[in-house]
Amino acid sequence: MSSEIPEPVLPVSPMPHAPRPKSLGLHKGEPAPGVAKVDPIIIADGITRTFGGLTAVNVDQLEIPRNAITALIGPNGAGKTTLFNLLTGFDKPDTGSWTFDGKSLSKVPAYRVARMGQVRTFQLTKALGLLTVLENMKLGAKGQTGEHFFQGLFPGIWRKQEKEIEQKAMDLLVKFKLDAKKDDFAASLSGGQRKLLEMARALMSDPVLVMLDEPMAGVNPALTQSLLDKILDLKDEGMTVLFVEHDMHMVRHIADWVIVMAEGQVVAEGPPLEVMQNPAVIDAYLGAHQEIDLGELTGRYTPEGKI
Amino acid sequence: MAPAEPALDQPAAAPGQLVVHIDNITAGYLPGVNILNGCSLKAYEGELIGIIGPNGAGKSTLLKSIFGQVKVREGAITLMGEDITGLKADKLVARGVGMVPQNNNVFPSLSIEENLQMGLYQRPKEYAERLEFVVGIFAELGKRLKQRAGSLSGGERQMVAMGRALMMRPHVLLLDEPSAGLSPARQDEAFIRVSEINKAGVTTIMVEQNARRCLQICDRGYVLDQGRDAYTGTGRDLLNDPKVINLYLGTLGVDA
Repeated sequence: MSSEIPEPVLPVSPMPHAPRPKSLGLHKGEPAPGVAKVDPIIIADGITRTFGGLTAVNVDQLEIPRNAITALIGPNGAGKTTLFNLLTGFDKPDTGSWTFDGKSLSKVPAYRVARMGQVRTFQLTKALGLLTVLENMKLGAKGQTGEHFFQGLFPGIWRKQEKEIEQKAMDLLVKFKLDAKKDDFAASLSGGQRKLLEMARALMSDPVLVMLDEPMAGVNPALTQSLLDKILDLKDEGMTVLFVEHDMHMVRHIADWVIVMAEGQVVAEGPPLEVMQNPAVIDAYLGAHQEIDLGELTGRYTPEGKI
Repeated sequence: MAPAEPALDQPAAAPGQLVVHIDNITAGYLPGVNILNGCSLKAYEGELIGIIGPNGAGKSTLLKSIFGQVKVREGAITLMGEDITGLKADKLVARGVGMVPQNNNVFPSLSIEENLQMGLYQRPKEYAERLEFVVGIFAELGKRLKQRAGSLSGGERQMVAMGRALMMRPHVLLLDEPSAGLSPARQDEAFIRVSEINKAGVTTIMVEQNARRCLQICDRGYVLDQGRDAYTGTGRDLLNDPKVINLYLGTLGVDA
């Protein structure tokens, strides 16, 4: 690689905020699939998972850098969500080992993974529809004394903690612009609002690592900017973020590191701008039409106007 | 690309004829809470209509109310001049309305072929002919007819669901976020497919989050906000309208 990496061209006018600096120098040596990181939070080794005859995930070596935002991208069916499920204990791999913060996670059930500080959201949201938005949020807090049977009988024991949790929940709801909906049933929220609720709920447990499965899918573009800011805030607060996303604007905008999966394997990784210029990634994932107006491509419009 | 098919077995409509007319409807799920608050929309023969808007604006609810899945409290919906307000889904399918929901849109335990057959259970005799049409648009499905739909990825399921809706030779196709959850290349492909389906003569109403792409291919767009049709215009006009950009398209896309 040349010694001078050209400065990425940053958008000029309509950006409401100055872009925040990306974390650099996360890896050791040349960026390549499986490259070692300076300070990894997750190290996965030889993980495979097959469904019947189909190998959904086959990852030799993968490290996720700490206190950075890592994007996991790849075509549909590449195994991104399966990898998420494996890393969070929602599914068990056939072979392999992986550690979170130096502790092995083999055979650790999902709820305990969450208590260790690694929380996730889901592509298809799992809000509890018949609880209110606020109740959903309060469920996300961990170590609640009232959870135990006998303590639960005496409100005096947990009332103070309950108040604190409620305050924290409200603060988060305000941040995610859901405060007006706090007493509505979660079932009444739209798809995008459920996404927001799920993300806010994940933050209730003060996680170390937040894993977001398509956080922007179904979220209206005008809201995207503020959500992106929220995710960048997480990094500033010392958390690590790993997310799956198809919105390349978002990936380019906030990710410090990008991992590309295809057919269960890691095929490329590196800083976003470099990865997105990788011909193999364009071929397998981004497609050739990225910068083309589809109206013109499909012959519906010419630059002069409608045909 | 599939050959352009002439009109379907519904009453033939001349180009420019009003096909779907949503007239000032009010609809919602919970008693006393209206999601749609006086929303109107017109779709003319052969048009590709895009519906965009913020979360909770009522985009999906609007599609569901056309398809009889949400009770319309006030106002009326007509198809080719006939009132279809509150008609159940099976009746609507028989009249040539097809719907592709956003989630849970395939029968996971059935094979692709069986899923496609389900789309045509009211007229099984036409199966072979319709299968040819659907496979003409979605060639991948033809190669994997025996595969269980539950084992497919999100994008593949979306194709099966669209294929199933096309089996019935719909006059009007309702699409709820056809690009949701797809990779960029697949999203572009989905939009190109939608455009092809529309060019084959199917009047299409599509709800989309990917507003930019949606407006690029649609003939006319509607921007929904708080249950009302706030703006409408040709796709191009909306794409370039500063107010729409600010409120609904977001400015992030410009760093492309």
